[in-house]
This record gives sequence, C-alpha cells and structure tokens, in this order.
Amino acid sequence: MTGTGQYNFAYLDEETKRMIRRALLKAVAVPGYQVPFASREMPMPYGWGTGGVQVTAACLTPDDTLKVIDQGADDTTNAVSIRRFFEKTAGVAVTEQTGEASVIQTRHRIPETPLTEGQILVYQVPIPEPLRFLEPRETETRRMHALEDYGLMHVRLYEDIARHGAIATSYAYPVKVEGRYVMDPSPIPKFDNPKLSDCAALQLFGAGREQRIYALPPFTQVVSLDFEDHPFDPSKADHPCALCGAENSYLDEVITDDQGGRMFVCSDTDYCATRRAAGHAGAMAAPFEEVGA
Amino acid sequence: MTDQSRIFAENSKACPRPLLQVRGLTKMYGARIGCADVGFDLWPGEVMGIVGESGSGKSTLLNCLAGHLAPDRGEVIFDTARGPRDTVRMSEPERRMLSRTDWAFVHQNPRDGLRMGVSAGGNVGERLMAVGARHYGNIREAALDWLERVEIDGARIDDRPSAFSGGMQQRLQIARNLVTGPRLVFMDEPTGGLDVSVQARLLDLLRGLVRRMGLSAIVVTHDLAVVRLLADRLMVMKSGHVVEQGLTDQVLDDPQHGYTQLLVSSVLQV
Repeated sequence: MTGTGQYNFAYLDEETKRMIRRALLKAVAVPGYQVPFASREMPMPYGWGTGGVQVTAACLTPDDTLKVIDQGADDTTNAVSIRRFFEKTAGVAVTEQTGEASVIQTRHRIPETPLTEGQILVYQVPIPEPLRFLEPRETETRRMHALEDYGLMHVRLYEDIARHGAIATSYAYPVKVEGRYVMDPSPIPKFDNPKLSDCAALQLFGAGREQRIYALPPFTQVVSLDFEDHPFDPSKADHPCALCGAENSYLDEVITDDQGGRMFVCSDTDYCATRRAAGHAGAMAAPFEEVGA
Repeated sequence: MTDQSRIFAENSKACPRPLLQVRGLTKMYGARIGCADVGFDLWPGEVMGIVGESGSGKSTLLNCLAGHLAPDRGEVIFDTARGPRDTVRMSEPERRMLSRTDWAFVHQNPRDGLRMGVSAGGNVGERLMAVGARHYGNIREAALDWLERVEIDGARIDDRPSAFSGGMQQRLQIARNLVTGPRLVFMDEPTGGLDVSVQARLLDLLRGLVRRMGLSAIVVTHDLAVVRLLADRLMVMKSGHVVEQGLTDQVLDDPQHGYTQLLVSSVLQV
C-alpha cells in the first residue's frame, strides 16, 4: 500500500496485475503477436492511454523511476496527468530525463536518446490491428495473422504509391517482427521506426479499448514494410531544430504568428533541453540563461 | 465417362494425369442434401459446365471443390506441383496458397470478389503481392498488361471498382484472378446479372482467355448458352445429385434424362 492508503500500489489490484503480467509474458514470448487481455476501466477516457496505463501499472515496482511523454513532450496534458496519477497511486519517483527513467510510458514517440538495457518503454496504442482498415472482420484478420497472409498490407502501400507517387503513410507505419508477425507500431512517426529494431530496452504495447497487448523483447529485429523500388524512408522535416540546432531529431512545426511565421523544434523536449543546457543553440534560441538569474 | 476420359488422356499426353479428381463428394445441410456423391475427372485444358435449376446444389458443389465449404465426405484430388494431393485434407495454409496461385474463383457478384475500396491496379496486384511480389514497377506493369487483356482502358488503373460498370467490374475480377497464371478456374455464374450484349462480350473474352492460356475451368451456370459456348463437358444436377453428364453438344442435342430434356426444352427462343 502507498502512503495514501486509499489504493493498492499502482492503482490496480494484484489479481488484475497478475492477469496483465501473464498477457505480457505471452506477448514477449511471441514478439508482435496481439495477446487479448481483460482490460479494466481506468479513471480516464479511452483514447487517453488506458492500455498503456494498465501495462505501466503492472510493470511498476516501488524502486522504479517513471517518465511519461506525449508526442515527445513531458509537459503536455496527457503526460502530466498520467505522471501525477502514478505519483499519487504508486508513490514512485518521476523524472523527465530519458536516461534516468526505468519505465517510460509514451504516446506517439520514441525518445531520441538511445534506450538502454533494463529500461521498459510502454506504448499507448489506439488501434493494435494493422489490417483493421483493410479487413474489418476481426475473425478474418486473426486468421490472416495465423496464416501469415499479409499480401493485403502491401496492397495498402501500393495504393499509397499509386495515389501519391510515394508511400504516404507517415505514422503507424506497418512493420514485420522477426520475419513473422506484421505489427502496428502505434502512431509513432515513421522516423522512429528504425529505433524499434534491435532496441536494448523492452518495448510493451497496450491497447485498452481494443483489449490487446503486444511486445518487442530487447534486440528484436523489426523491419518496415516497403517495395524494392520504393524503399522505406524514415523522413522528417528538412530543418535543424530552431532551439537546439539538432539536425537528426524529429521536429514539430510550430506556427508562431498569422503571417506565415513558423519554427521547427524537437518534439522530444528532454532531448532539446539537454542539448541547450550543453550549450547547443539553434537559429531562434534565446541566449541560454541560468534558471532564476 | 471412361471413354471420354480416355479421349482426353490421349489428347493431353504431356499431362497423363487428370488435373482434378473428385470422388464421392457429399455435403449435407443437416438432414437436407447440398450435393451427394458427386464424382468426376477434369483433365488439363478442359472446361466443364455444371447446370441445374436454383437450389440444385451447383454452388454448394463449387464451393466444396474450391475449399470454401468443408464437404462431409469425399475427396478432391488436385494435381499440385508436388503430385496429386487431396485438398479436402490439406492444411489451411496450403489450401490458401493453392487458392492464390493455381486456383482462381470468379464470383457471380464482382463485389464479392473485388476490394471495392482499392484501385483497379491494387485489385489486380493483390494476388501477386500475396505470393511475394515486392517490386512496385513490375506489379503495376502486370496490372496494366492484364487490364488491357480484359479490355479495360489502362488510364483507369487508379480508379476504384465502384466507378466501373457491372461488366467492367466482372472483367476486372477476371483479371485479378488470372494474373498469377492459375491452372484451374472456378466460375460461379460469371455472366449473371449482366445485360445480354455485355454477356456476349464477356463470354467472348473468357473463351479467348481459356483457350489461349490453356486453362481448365469449372463453370456453374443456369444459362445453357454459356455452357454451349464455353464448356467441353457438361454435368446436369438436380436436388444435389448428378443426373446426367457427357460432352456438351451431346447432352444438349440429345438429352437422355427427363430433367435434362425439360431443361433443354425450357430455353427461350428468340
């Protein structure tokens, strides 16, 4: 029990955690396979990360340090509310620094700082089924996964090229795990797809409304689907970060006025702040000042 | 029956085995009969017609042959690349592989056989991609080639089938099925629901494709004109049983069974 005495540690009761952990073990044993689990009602609406929160709750120990990001940022509503939730119900330490966290719950991004062994990355997943919009029947998509019948996935990419001249899918870009299951990597930008593969950290995916859990064990081979003559391209905005000058991080476009003014900044706020603290500066950065000076 | 088998065997010395051997195929719907104790041989390059009235078990038989329905008894032995195999007892992945490569299935309603939300090119390319084609340029080229073969303007390759007329949809479905070069095509009322001039054009196209590619086909229809044009051999079904079979012209010109006589005499003359 936590100091508050009102909740079991990390909100969920132990039986529920046990059920989720069993699903997690199965998911880790069969990388990329969607394991059904009895998703619980959480004190937040579906679409706000109920799946991710349940997975995080089942993984947390009192010694863990938690980081929560939403679109790469530590300070957006979703990230702040989930971080507070676990501060309150689990009393665990929290951090905004990727390197210090042992469990990171994320929505739509993988941190820029490479993850290390012993870390767990928990994804919030809205739609776990990569074939959903191609084949609406769940019975049929399950059979397609079982029989490795994935021609349809390439039909989707074909349609992209036929219509747009290039694979226009830019997020939730389908991947094949260890040459077997096709998996939806949650709506991360395709820029992050290469980071899925051969990652040192354990990656867990939780979809609360759809009641599915899947996982990538450390150092799993993950390949983004493509065509031989239209290879996978992990594209990003062709700018450096306006604040920290980083050339190789994923950027958000920020509209700054109604005259067409805009800036591109790192979507990973921790990465950007760390670089600025180390003295890097982009074109639009304010001169670095000591806090409180 | 044995005489004809021998004739076809002599005609196709390169393939001394029948492509498809069906033995005692039976499918029951509870106590009612779907089709009962059907058996025949289909030789390479041969087109067989199955006729009969509605509810006579034609479609049940076709679906059992194509692996869409599990028959209660009987064997469907297909001459695969690795020798004759009973497709009824095959594992599901093997059967799926077969139905994407060596087999094709043309539905009566093109909406059942096409992906309506996917462009014509994607529809034709799907089978190629399902068997491992991963080169966009080649897939598109094959799709264009096949659209041309079924007389669809190549400029419409990126249009969705919902923008096509009924006849074009049916031709697109045929292109989508034949792109992997199947050896056996199942057709369920391929001309049903099309107007007469479009029917004629489609039949003409089908006849050309079947002859040129040396396809074997099983065509289910209630339209005797279709079998007269397409089929070498004819099987007449009634209440789930085969009541008569033989060469198409023979059966149609000199029907023996009472039901066949009724069927032939019911054809409207213009």
